[in-house]
Amino acid sequence: MKDSDYSAQLPPTYDKVHRHEMFPETTHDETARFNFITNLNQHLSTVSAGNRLAYEKRVRPDFQKENGRDFNNRHEVNQAFKSDPYWQTWSALRRNTMEMRHQAGRSVVLRQINTLNKKAEQLNAGKSTLQLNPEIKSPRYASAVDIHCQPGGYHTEICEGDVSVGANYDSGIFVTTTGGVGPMIDGGGRAVAKAVQDKFPDFKPKRILDVGCTIGHNVLPIAQAYPDAEVIAVDAGAPVLRYGHARAQSFGVNNVTFLQADVENLDYEDGYFDWIQTTMFLHELSSKSIRHIMSELGRMLKPGGLLLQVEQPQYTPDMDLFEQAIRDWDCLYNNEPFWSKMHGMDAKKIMRMGGFKNENYMEFKAAAETIDGDVTKPAKAVSEDHGREALWTVFGAWKS
Amino acid sequence: MDRIWSVEIMKKLNVDYIADAGKKAKGKRPWFLDNPEVEKVLSITMAVAGELAVARERLDTLERILESKGIMSRNEIESFLPSEQDAQERQLWHAEYLARIMRIIQQDRESLETAPDMNEAVEDLAKEFTKE
Ligand SMILES: C[S@@+](CC[C@H](N)C(=O)[O-])C[C@H]1O[C@@H](n2cnc3c(N)ncnc32)[C@H](O)[C@@H]1O
Repeated sequence: MKDSDYSAQLPPTYDKVHRHEMFPETTHDETARFNFITNLNQHLSTVSAGNRLAYEKRVRPDFQKENGRDFNNRHEVNQAFKSDPYWQTWSALRRNTMEMRHQAGRSVVLRQINTLNKKAEQLNAGKSTLQLNPEIKSPRYASAVDIHCQPGGYHTEICEGDVSVGANYDSGIFVTTTGGVGPMIDGGGRAVAKAVQDKFPDFKPKRILDVGCTIGHNVLPIAQAYPDAEVIAVDAGAPVLRYGHARAQSFGVNNVTFLQADVENLDYEDGYFDWIQTTMFLHELSSKSIRHIMSELGRMLKPGGLLLQVEQPQYTPDMDLFEQAIRDWDCLYNNEPFWSKMHGMDAKKIMRMGGFKNENYMEFKAAAETIDGDVTKPAKAVSEDHGREALWTVFGAWKS
Repeated sequence: MDRIWSVEIMKKLNVDYIADAGKKAKGKRPWFLDNPEVEKVLSITMAVAGELAVARERLDTLERILESKGIMSRNEIESFLPSEQDAQERQLWHAEYLARIMRIIQQDRESLETAPDMNEAVEDLAKEFTKE
């Protein structure tokens, strides 16, 4: 390969991250450490390609020999992979890389925790667009394990007014996505906003609800695309909301209210919202809550309103079992307990739980939208890093 | 760049930023290799690899700054030829460095080479020396 061929695949350096006012400061070496982990993630996607070979050359033939049949489902593939040495090494490296990323982010954030908390306090002071409610407890499915190995989850507060888990989250997305979601880590939100504007030019939503907003990075582009809309961004975690609201202020976005609440019990009247958006949210629920939340979302949406959900692709019968199994990795080994179950569900069935009709169902792909001429154009992955790529499936429906 | 923390503030907030940075995520950790000890070594190795990359990047920054100020050129580094004396000192450094990091193998070899009385088990000696 020529140098120029390699260049096309190199991820952007961490200095390309947009430094909004809340963004944790990084020293030279902290930046370099993030650069290393970004490159390690990029490299691991090439390591991951070897799993396909291990699967075709030994995992699958060995299974067939032993059982006199092929795999029936991804669970059998996952089980068989467990004793394959190539998969083991890749898995050990992948898990370790997640842990390194969190160590790196937390070491940056915790040494300046006092400064960050104070900054957030200043930016948030006297603003009615941040509504916290200390009565809200994170649901068990969000606090039983630390999702994607993020110590403290989305809710842990080390001290009063803490934003550290939000700051750590923000500091690392660029690294885990190898820059694929852009300098403001909002490529997903930009893609959705653009798709909705392009596809439905006559749609002028007045009230928008973003469910499970975390630090609101993907809702800001939507709020900017519809500056006259009143946007409500809900999450159960106080530290991510405090951080997210302060972050929004530093972007000058004022039409988003960050609300601490449990999505299962929102007291908006029926048909209040024109557009309800969820982004990478469904897979973090439990089977019971997904039913209830879907019916709530259906209730709060106005007839003629739009529900859109961004997720990694569902496992459909035509997705091969190898790919399903590799996509399940995050569920089994990166603390995403509901991931596998949710991705195994029929998206139309999920929509029906909210009272949406099959004939109104829509689905499209959205690739991360970055800014024109942006130096952080997503690095082309040499092979697909299943479950992490900056390409999402968007599914949803109009409410009839 | 300043470290924006002070012992007092960290104490007040009850944050140990060094230990807490590496906090374990809630939930049982999966182990993938047949031998978890090997996996721990892999993990340490990757962290050290990361720190090498950090040091390398810092050195790179330094070289580029020095070059931009006209103090040296990176070509000078590429074409640098050590004097006899320099060469000696460097090779000595390498020898010492390798001996230090390969110590465990040296000691393993010594245990094969040396007379049996160099390898007596301490438990046996303990028994012997504490016999009433
Ligand atoms: C993966 S994150 C969503 C990421 C974000 N929407 C994005 O665009 O990348 C899931 C979020 O949902 C929140 N969450 C989960 N269950 C919730 C509930 N019942 N009520 C409110 N928030 C919830 C979590 O606190 C977490 O911040």
